[in-house]
Amino acid sequence: MSTRTEHGTPVMEQRGVHQPTPPPAWKPRTDPAPLLPDPEPYRVLGTSAADKADSALLLKLYGELVRGRRYNAQATALTKQGRLAVYPSTTGQEAAEVAAALVLQEQDWLFPSYRDTLAAVARGLDPVQALGLLRGDWHTGYDPYEHRIAPLSTPLATQLPHAVGLAHAARLKGDDVVALAMVGDGGTSEGDFHEALNFAAVWKAPVVFLVQNNGFAISVPLAKQTAAPSLAHKAVGYGMPGRLVDGNDAAAVHEVLSEAVRNARAGHGPTLVEAVTYRMDAHTNADDATRYRDDAEVETWRAHDPIALMERELTGRGLLDDERVKAVRDSAEEFAAALRQGMNADPVLDPMDLFTHVYAQQTTQLREQAEQLRAELEAEQER
Amino acid sequence: MSTAVGLSQAPRTKPATMAQALQRALRDSLAEDPSVHVMGEDVGALGGVFRITDGLAKEFGEDRVTDTPLAEAGILGAAVGMAMYGLRPVVEMQFDAFAYPAFEQLISHVAKMRNRTKGAMSLPLTIRVPYGGGIGGVEHHSDSSEAYYIATPGLHVVTPATVEDAYGLLRASIASDDPVIFLEPKRLYWSKDSWNPEAPTSVEPIGRAVVRRRGRSATLLTYGPSVPVCMEAAEAAQAEGWDLEVVDLRSLVPFDDETVCASVRRTGRAVVVHESGGFGGPGGEIAARVTERCFHHLEAPVLRVAGFDIPYPPPMLERHHLPGVDRILDAVARLQWESQGGVG
Repeated sequence: MSTRTEHGTPVMEQRGVHQPTPPPAWKPRTDPAPLLPDPEPYRVLGTSAADKADSALLLKLYGELVRGRRYNAQATALTKQGRLAVYPSTTGQEAAEVAAALVLQEQDWLFPSYRDTLAAVARGLDPVQALGLLRGDWHTGYDPYEHRIAPLSTPLATQLPHAVGLAHAARLKGDDVVALAMVGDGGTSEGDFHEALNFAAVWKAPVVFLVQNNGFAISVPLAKQTAAPSLAHKAVGYGMPGRLVDGNDAAAVHEVLSEAVRNARAGHGPTLVEAVTYRMDAHTNADDATRYRDDAEVETWRAHDPIALMERELTGRGLLDDERVKAVRDSAEEFAAALRQGMNADPVLDPMDLFTHVYAQQTTQLREQAEQLRAELEAEQER
Repeated sequence: MSTAVGLSQAPRTKPATMAQALQRALRDSLAEDPSVHVMGEDVGALGGVFRITDGLAKEFGEDRVTDTPLAEAGILGAAVGMAMYGLRPVVEMQFDAFAYPAFEQLISHVAKMRNRTKGAMSLPLTIRVPYGGGIGGVEHHSDSSEAYYIATPGLHVVTPATVEDAYGLLRASIASDDPVIFLEPKRLYWSKDSWNPEAPTSVEPIGRAVVRRRGRSATLLTYGPSVPVCMEAAEAAQAEGWDLEVVDLRSLVPFDDETVCASVRRTGRAVVVHESGGFGGPGGEIAARVTERCFHHLEAPVLRVAGFDIPYPPPMLERHHLPGVDRILDAVARLQWESQGGVG
């Protein structure tokens, strides 16, 4: 239908009567602080920025790194002994894992992916419980509310919108809670990554997204994953700052994440942090990394080891002698021995638990099926 | 336009629509429980494309009734996080087919969270999904998606057919500690029934079917948008000498075997009626359950009247797809009446 003038003649038929106006003024928002990441991953250790780093913090990080490395070795060994069904190692990525845990306060929440059991352990979770999923006795081996650690998420990036929702809910309630969500380079290709970052930015939710770019999504290298200049650049499109950091430099990751957590806590909204690191081991114990990468590449990263970087700094400060190194390593050995012992005990499983937690309000159908299993179990015992 | 079925013998009250009852249920839930949050696309100023959330954002504020970005996985994923923190989100999926992007969140997290955490973390979420056809909707606006949901352990799946149930079942769903898929038969949104929206009292428990019409000859087992069609068919069947019973399932999960089987044992014959496709649809499960439990009472195989196993048709052809009175009566006619030596 054509628009009519008050005289009833269609506008389009009255040449010169219709006076178009310029479009309403609109231009992209100019952000006061730059959203783009630095051109190079931010480093502290071995740079002038190290002068400001607190010695006590560095020593704390060092202890966690050594314990983390030992944890990875022990968990991998447990797969060979049949005590774990599978283990995705974070050897080489300990800096980002432990820093993620240490920057959070007690009331904050951690949203780990399946690879991030080390972060959960560094936050205080019993390693036997952290490994429950990978042992196979239950999907989540712990109560998420005890340490405020969401269940390890296997479907990639799907835990990111949960972190946004939880942080948003806490803010609505007026609680001082920050959520830190962990994802890998492959996970940034998932739709949930996009939706979570968008929701977080729109809602100004107190969330920090930590992407560990370890070079591979199982076998697929980053170049086949994205054409973005860096993963941190992706932040700009959502209107949040992106930070690029050396993921093997524990002091740098700690500093960048701390700043992001501080900003979130202060109500300034989310940050995307890309920690550039390298997965030294295969994807899991079941993977064969020699099919898709050269040993030479692995060796270049071995020369940039997170523990060696920290040892060099601490030695330079005169804080690390043989005795101290031995004490830290002994402590890590004790931790590994306790983990071994914990995992060597066979878990006590009640098959009836299969039906107990499906619903709060049990259905008659499941009650019937539970009875069937109970009868089967009784028959088994009688045999 | 079909009308909802009212068997309520309550004092006559003014007619109300199912849309009004749903809106009232949301309003009462928001007013009673500060942890209830309504969220979705266009649920704020617009009041939803079907106006179910009309006025709620103004009354409760945008923090309680929130227009979200247009991303269903993000909406449901964020709602999961909110529920983890103790809120009780009520999510609106704008249309049946628009809920599909949220399926990974639904299946991998919503349905499993309680189980995978051994009961430590429950997700009291209600996911409202307008579903079904018959409104002349163009492609992607008329799916009967219930088969996907009922195949996912951990979800309750509920659908009202009356104005009164729309209120009572939605209140119960929001109050439930389990995640509930609340399927709203969109062609009944504007159906009216005598119901007093100023004094709604009944909160129906989830998981109970109800007999909408008593009969002796055969039982029509149905739910949601097909309930009024079955009631109409039952009236028409009288002319053929059949006295049909109509059972409104109301809840597909949990399934009320007791009410269903009691009815079929009484009548000895059953037809399952739904819009969803027959192959892999709820009717197959229902027919199997009835056969397993009522075999010796059955005079004929349990039949199904379902939508065809085709993608939902364009609006100008949808009447050929949807189960109607004639197709239901044709099925009833095939219930081996000759074994009784005559018609019902």
